[in-house]
Amino acid sequence: MIIGQIKDGIVLDHITAGNCMEIYAALELDKLDCQVAIIKNAESKKYGKKDIIKIDQAIDIDLDVLGYLDERITVNIIKDGKLLKRAHLEAPEEIKNVIKCKNPRCITTTEQELPHVFKLTDREKKVYRCIYCESQGK
Amino acid sequence: MRSIIDILDLSKEEIADLVAVAEDIIENPDDYREKCKHKKLATLFFEPSTRTRLSFEAAMYELGGNVLGFSDGDNSSASKGESVHDTIKVVSCYADVIAMRHPKEGAALVAANASGVPVINAGDGGHNHPTQTLADLLTIHREKGTFDNLTIGFCGDLMFGRTVHSLIHALTRYKNIKVVLISPEELKLPDYMLEDMAAHGLEYVETTSLEEYMGELDVLYMTRVQKERFFNEQDYIRLKDSYILSPEKLMPAKSDMIILHPLPRVNEITVAVDEDPRACYFKQVLNGKYMRMALILKVLEEAAK
Repeated sequence: MIIGQIKDGIVLDHITAGNCMEIYAALELDKLDCQVAIIKNAESKKYGKKDIIKIDQAIDIDLDVLGYLDERITVNIIKDGKLLKRAHLEAPEEIKNVIKCKNPRCITTTEQELPHVFKLTDREKKVYRCIYCESQGK
Repeated sequence: MRSIIDILDLSKEEIADLVAVAEDIIENPDDYREKCKHKKLATLFFEPSTRTRLSFEAAMYELGGNVLGFSDGDNSSASKGESVHDTIKVVSCYADVIAMRHPKEGAALVAANASGVPVINAGDGGHNHPTQTLADLLTIHREKGTFDNLTIGFCGDLMFGRTVHSLIHALTRYKNIKVVLISPEELKLPDYMLEDMAAHGLEYVETTSLEEYMGELDVLYMTRVQKERFFNEQDYIRLKDSYILSPEKLMPAKSDMIILHPLPRVNEITVAVDEDPRACYFKQVLNGKYMRMALILKVLEEAAK
């Protein structure tokens, strides 16, 4: 299977196999007019299998959202057909309005305008907790 | 300006200072009669409470201050749909310090973020209740003389019991504390609390039996199964009588063990236990007022700087 190189854009590499559609949805890539290639279950020397997303346009990407969803991802920024920058992700300390608190007793259930903020409380287990009620984010 | 939302907003040293001030208030009440003259405390109780609200109000009056507020969310603008954020913005124009109780978890943090004056969390749902913890700590200090080397049993509703959560948080900072968690399976301590205890090296054991560790306890902290925390009344009815402390059940307990309860009790401690010298739950009520006095003084002094 051959998918051409992109000139100016972004390649999200090393996505955990099976995660690409979740990433696609979270980054709202369906709203783009440019070409977007989704490659599932590509061979990976490091992980066995991986997913890849190629975006043929230089768009702004929220690295915190990506880091929360899958910290294995490598972000490659391509300019004039060459690799301009490569970023490795890590789980962010705080995420805002990425996930919602599901605790029915949390203040966010009644105060609709409050941002849903979660803080990383255990990096090893990747546990995020609501700053208001301390429930674990899921 | 600082708000007190969680007991961990106070350092171990600050808690020691508050205990010292409270003990000085007990010894020399006249020295404090005018400390808060011309200051106003707003008690905003979106959820009914007798004890905590009256304790805050009595504390402020004994410091020479004044009190305004409401005792039920139905009597406030919340019943018209006003947010906590807006209510606090308004009230902080009238008062120098706010004590707030709200049924939703995290409401106190929202209030603190909105407020122009210090907010003291007087209970946010099943989450935190730091001033009850201050009352518990003063009682433990006055009765046991230390916060270290204690085996403390928590019995009853450990899932929704905010007083339990706050006291356990506080205990993570003392030496050689052992915790015995006594509850039905359905009301066990939440996972994040267990993780927190493990992270701080606090030794704990979980059991469904009130009798199993009775002889080892230095402090027994009883709690009520709270009807208002259940969405399903059937679950409440099934669990409400899980543990009832009676003089017979206290037989194997140490002679200097103390029995605490944040009150109100329903039937989880029989009235006969009240006669036992180890029953300290009414002393806890009085200690709560002194600790609230010490805390109001502290946050007002800090706000004035």
